[in-house]
Amino acid sequence: MRRFATLIETLDSTNKTNEKVAALTHYFNTAPQEDALWAVALLSHRRPKRPVTTTLLRAWAAEAAQLPKWLFEETYHIVGDLAETIALLVRQKTQKKPPTLAQCIAEIIALKPKDEEEKKAYILMRWQGFNHFERFVFNKILTGGFRIGISQKLMTKALSKAVKIDENILAHRLMGQWSPEQTTFQQLIVAPNPEDQMAQPYPFFLAYALEEGFQQKENTSDWRVEHKWDGMRAQLIVRGGKHFLWSRGEELITDIFPELECLAELLPNGTVVDGELIPYKDGVIGNFNDLQKRIGRKTVTQKILQDNPIILMLYDLLEWEGKDIRAMPLIKRQVLLNDLYQNYKGTNVPILLSEVLTFTTWEEVTQERARAEEKRSEGLMLKHKEAPYAVGRKKGSWWKWKSDPKTIDAVLTYAMRGHGRRTNLYSDYTFALWQKDQLVTFAKAYSGLTDAEIKEVDRFVKKNTLDRFGPVRQVKPELVFEIAFEGLAPSPRHKSGVAVRFPRILRWRHDKKSAEANSLEDLKQLLP
Amino acid sequence: MPLLEFTSKGIYCAQANVYLDPWRGVEKAIISHGHSDHARWGSKHYITHQMNVPIMQHRLGKISVNGKKYGETFTINGVQFSLHPAGHVPGSSQIRVAYKGEVWVFTGDYKMQVDHISTPFEVVTCHTFITECTFGLPVFQWEEPQTIHNQINQWWAQNRDEKKTSLLMGYSLGKIQRLLKHLDPAIGKIYTHSATEKMTEVLRQFVDFPPTELITKDTLKKEVEGHLVLAPPAVLGSAWAKKLGVLSTAYASGWMALRGARRRRAVDKAFIISDHADWPGLLSAIKATGCENVITTHGYTDLFAQYLRGQGWNARTEKTQYEGETLETNTAE
Repeated sequence: MRRFATLIETLDSTNKTNEKVAALTHYFNTAPQEDALWAVALLSHRRPKRPVTTTLLRAWAAEAAQLPKWLFEETYHIVGDLAETIALLVRQKTQKKPPTLAQCIAEIIALKPKDEEEKKAYILMRWQGFNHFERFVFNKILTGGFRIGISQKLMTKALSKAVKIDENILAHRLMGQWSPEQTTFQQLIVAPNPEDQMAQPYPFFLAYALEEGFQQKENTSDWRVEHKWDGMRAQLIVRGGKHFLWSRGEELITDIFPELECLAELLPNGTVVDGELIPYKDGVIGNFNDLQKRIGRKTVTQKILQDNPIILMLYDLLEWEGKDIRAMPLIKRQVLLNDLYQNYKGTNVPILLSEVLTFTTWEEVTQERARAEEKRSEGLMLKHKEAPYAVGRKKGSWWKWKSDPKTIDAVLTYAMRGHGRRTNLYSDYTFALWQKDQLVTFAKAYSGLTDAEIKEVDRFVKKNTLDRFGPVRQVKPELVFEIAFEGLAPSPRHKSGVAVRFPRILRWRHDKKSAEANSLEDLKQLLP
Repeated sequence: MPLLEFTSKGIYCAQANVYLDPWRGVEKAIISHGHSDHARWGSKHYITHQMNVPIMQHRLGKISVNGKKYGETFTINGVQFSLHPAGHVPGSSQIRVAYKGEVWVFTGDYKMQVDHISTPFEVVTCHTFITECTFGLPVFQWEEPQTIHNQINQWWAQNRDEKKTSLLMGYSLGKIQRLLKHLDPAIGKIYTHSATEKMTEVLRQFVDFPPTELITKDTLKKEVEGHLVLAPPAVLGSAWAKKLGVLSTAYASGWMALRGARRRRAVDKAFIISDHADWPGLLSAIKATGCENVITTHGYTDLFAQYLRGQGWNARTEKTQYEGETLETNTAE
């Protein structure tokens, strides 16, 4: 635990990527393999099940720090991170040799079935025996969400240096659902057994947003154009007569979409396709909200299947006849995928093929982009015809060129303190639109302002608070912001009657008074 | 009428017609210490501790000012005033105000730690204690200063071995000199930014500091390599800092106790050291004064007052324009 906590402290106290990689590499080279495997798991957001609720942790921490409950809660809102708040408030009392990371996590796993008194005794014993950073890391493991500014890519890079295995191969080995409870460093990372990897997905290739000046540099004919389908990215694997469906977040979602079960028999073994799950009913693409009704449901009833059917829109072939073909140029993969699709075209098999378009001028591409709404897409994808299927987010061969967002001018009505870098700053905002002389909440947004603007808004919030509700402050409705969003749909669950997707702040309208902000009626006009 | 009132110009004693640390220009002002949110420009006449006189003259230019010793009583229209060490920065005072047996103390800013450059905090018994609470939240609990000074010297020595220049940033008045006082000149030379150098020069008449050398436009990168540079926080990322060569940057502030603040500040190293009282410090000071009433003026005022009420004090908050040690700006102190 000491070694791992020191690693986290080092990672936390430098801004230089090279130093972070060096610290991680050093850790992987020197830590016992059981610890190193848990470190890989934690840094790729895999963690033991939460043994206690945060409500209990908060109560125990307040008691241990001899503080009234309300003050603990207020302090937590200001610090913005529960693990850190507890680490700061509960101080070390005993100097014991800390357990190793793997031992400590084994203790946490063993804690789950125990009764509350035993849990409390154990956690207090650890809190009071650890130093500050050990306590912080321990709390992070307990509460989950190990987000400390280390991307999986960075971790993989460091691991690759330590074990001397190519980064892309490692990225592949670390995909999918695994846990240090069931595997070892040797089995997972150093020498995996191919038979264990039947369900193993490939790392997804992710696109960047199109850069300025792209069209001036590039020949239209080198690029293959598709519409950017508005659904959920997924990878379908058919191997050994079984099928596995993975989300981009590396979750196995096979059971959530039982309509794809037929593909296990229909597609040849040794086939892996990349595509988008989209809502599709009576030959028409639905909107994202329909898909949301399917996500996160544990039991899938017949009624849901009938009301909200989905299909898989295919756009790439990663494995064919049992071989990894990701290195092939895009156009060759597309030919193979097209051949495969022709066997099922026009049947009621729940797959479609994303149409590949070619153009001779960027003008024509721009015109196609303008048809996004009609095609029910979010815009276009541009893929270089010769490009292999790469690992992770890489610049150069895949670009997304989304439709321009819709925008509306709204009034800032509530603010809440942020987390992480924005600790102690009012940086999470609620926006409202006019309905007659009332302001009605329509969206929350956290991003889009510069650090300097956030500080300015923070100052405004502190000086113009009308009311407080725990961590939230109601402010004088004075500031107007232009809010951009990706599309909207009617929603009875929202007070405004409209749900917007991915709202973010486009700019601060210093030139507008709150009375000049848009109305709810204006927003409804934008409904498709 | 209360002995001290909170008005739009500052803390006001009507009986003596005098203001304490006013934020607008007034006839007569008693000043707790030299930081710019307490010692403001524009008043006709100032009274402050004698050590703070040259500091104020350095910052405000030509002013009419009268210096007092700690414990020296002066009477204005029957009201007795005296200044007592606050331990915040050199020349900082708590202001004691007594009239017809009633005693109020205004702390300005203070700390309980001994920093070896300011006269240590003195407990002044009173009925009403007007206190800052910049760090009035239980997460703020400072370590022994010597531990932090050792960390700083270790950091510097390591940088020197890696041929990096150490850029150590903090407030120009107080924090920088406190750091300087505890730097180990055996590790290397200590350079200064001009803002830092000028204030240090003013304080050299009262305190013994290791020697420093001013960075000028003729200073070469090679000269400063492996040495340490003291500068105000605003230089981070500036052209001035880039000219210092390969750097390890550090910031010394109480706010560095919070991870989010450390990450936002984006320095290589954060040292948690403050010239303000931490949570236990504030509580012990309040207890020691034997006061019944507490007025919180700046910092986490509402939370701190609410906590004190729960502990049996008659506590409330008053709005002022003092900022204490600010988390965000690079200007105020």
